[in-house]
Amino acid sequence: MSARRVSVTECPGGPLLVRGADEIEGPDGTITATDRSVVALCRCGRSDRLPWCDASHRDRKRRSKNRRTEGDGEDRAPEAT
Amino acid sequence: MRLPEPCGPLSEGVVRALVAQPDGPHAVSETRAMGDVSDPLTDRDLQLALWTLYELHYRGFDGVPPEAEWDPLLIVSRAALERTFEHAVRQLVADSPPADELGHLGDRPSDRVTAALTRMTVGSGPSEVAKFLHRRATREEFCGYLGQRAVHHLRESDPYSFVLPRIGDAAKVALAELQYDEYGGGRPDRLHQELFARALRSLDMSTDLTSYVDEAEGATLASVNLLSLFALNRRLRGAAMGHLAAFEATSSLPCERILRGAQRLELPPEVGDYYEEHVVADAVHEQLAIRSICGALVDAEPDLADDVLFGATACLAVDGLAGEVLLDGWRSRRTPSRGRDVRAAG
Ligand code: FES
Ligand SMILES: [Fe+2]
Ligand SMILES: [Fe+2]
Repeated sequence: MSARRVSVTECPGGPLLVRGADEIEGPDGTITATDRSVVALCRCGRSDRLPWCDASHRDRKRRSKNRRTEGDGEDRAPEAT
Repeated sequence: MRLPEPCGPLSEGVVRALVAQPDGPHAVSETRAMGDVSDPLTDRDLQLALWTLYELHYRGFDGVPPEAEWDPLLIVSRAALERTFEHAVRQLVADSPPADELGHLGDRPSDRVTAALTRMTVGSGPSEVAKFLHRRATREEFCGYLGQRAVHHLRESDPYSFVLPRIGDAAKVALAELQYDEYGGGRPDRLHQELFARALRSLDMSTDLTSYVDEAEGATLASVNLLSLFALNRRLRGAAMGHLAAFEATSSLPCERILRGAQRLELPPEVGDYYEEHVVADAVHEQLAIRSICGALVDAEPDLADDVLFGATACLAVDGLAGEVLLDGWRSRRTPSRGRDVRAAG
């Protein structure tokens, strides 16, 4: 396989978009492989699927993972219209 | 694919026009009577008539000559239905909160658009529909939801592909990148439409699109017709890309809830697989659609900024309407619950 260009794009308030990555090494050395051509790496630390972004950065009312398992989400921001 | 069951004068007129033999399709004279339609966005007959005409541009119907796609008389009929539909959509959007009166959003048109798209979709968190599926839905109600959404998901992403030749440069490249992911990233078994079909099969549900169209609410048909309206008319390409951005940016969080609902009901893993895929994929698609597609498109064609925001607002408003209808159905049978926005996953 020929060398691919790897690029990283910052998304303000959101993840890093990475194109061309085969694997991501976590802080503890864990390797997560991917076969997607573009992935989003969580920067906010709130994702349940680290290292991937799962859009939890959008969930404005959510401050910690613990709160997520409680309630029925009534603490969430109102629906968009 | 078989033709749908007509449900009123407009859809009857369309089906009759399509099967007219041997002289080929003819105009749908019933479209002249559209003044009788009080709410085009929920009128099942009008939406079914339009869906049937749009379908000629996708896969077509058994027994309908392929030439019908570009039959001038049918195009005239389609345009009449579209005008009524588009007018109603624009009225609904005019009643929605304006996206760019949300404070200072930047100076360049593309900054204004990406900031507005982000703000209008933030906090749209898990919808009431997603919460209901997560916590309360019975297996039967969950399957009913999949049946309504099948009209969209069995053809997921296809409409946006019509926009590829209509835009250029960076926006085109980013749209192709997003669609490559929707189309399985080079793997037929990961095609999103196929993931959904597999979920249906795992529940012994049909994968015949027409059988779901026959059961679909008018508002559900309106939400898929909206996408075809934007995607098949080049003048609305900006709206199509705004629709895509709003769709993707309000998908991951509801999909997470629906995934947990499927797990609670101990549905087959194929159902969870569809939603699991969309939690992660749509977190990527959200960024691609807002920044790499809509941002780049507006950089290249600043005049499209308003269309992009119109498309995004229309997506949220029309899908919200479809969600209301679905929730009303559940409410009428059990404990009340309030909310909007039916769909997740793009
Ligand atoms: S950056 Fe998206 S979940 Fe953390
Ligand atoms: Fe998808
Ligand atoms: Fe998507």
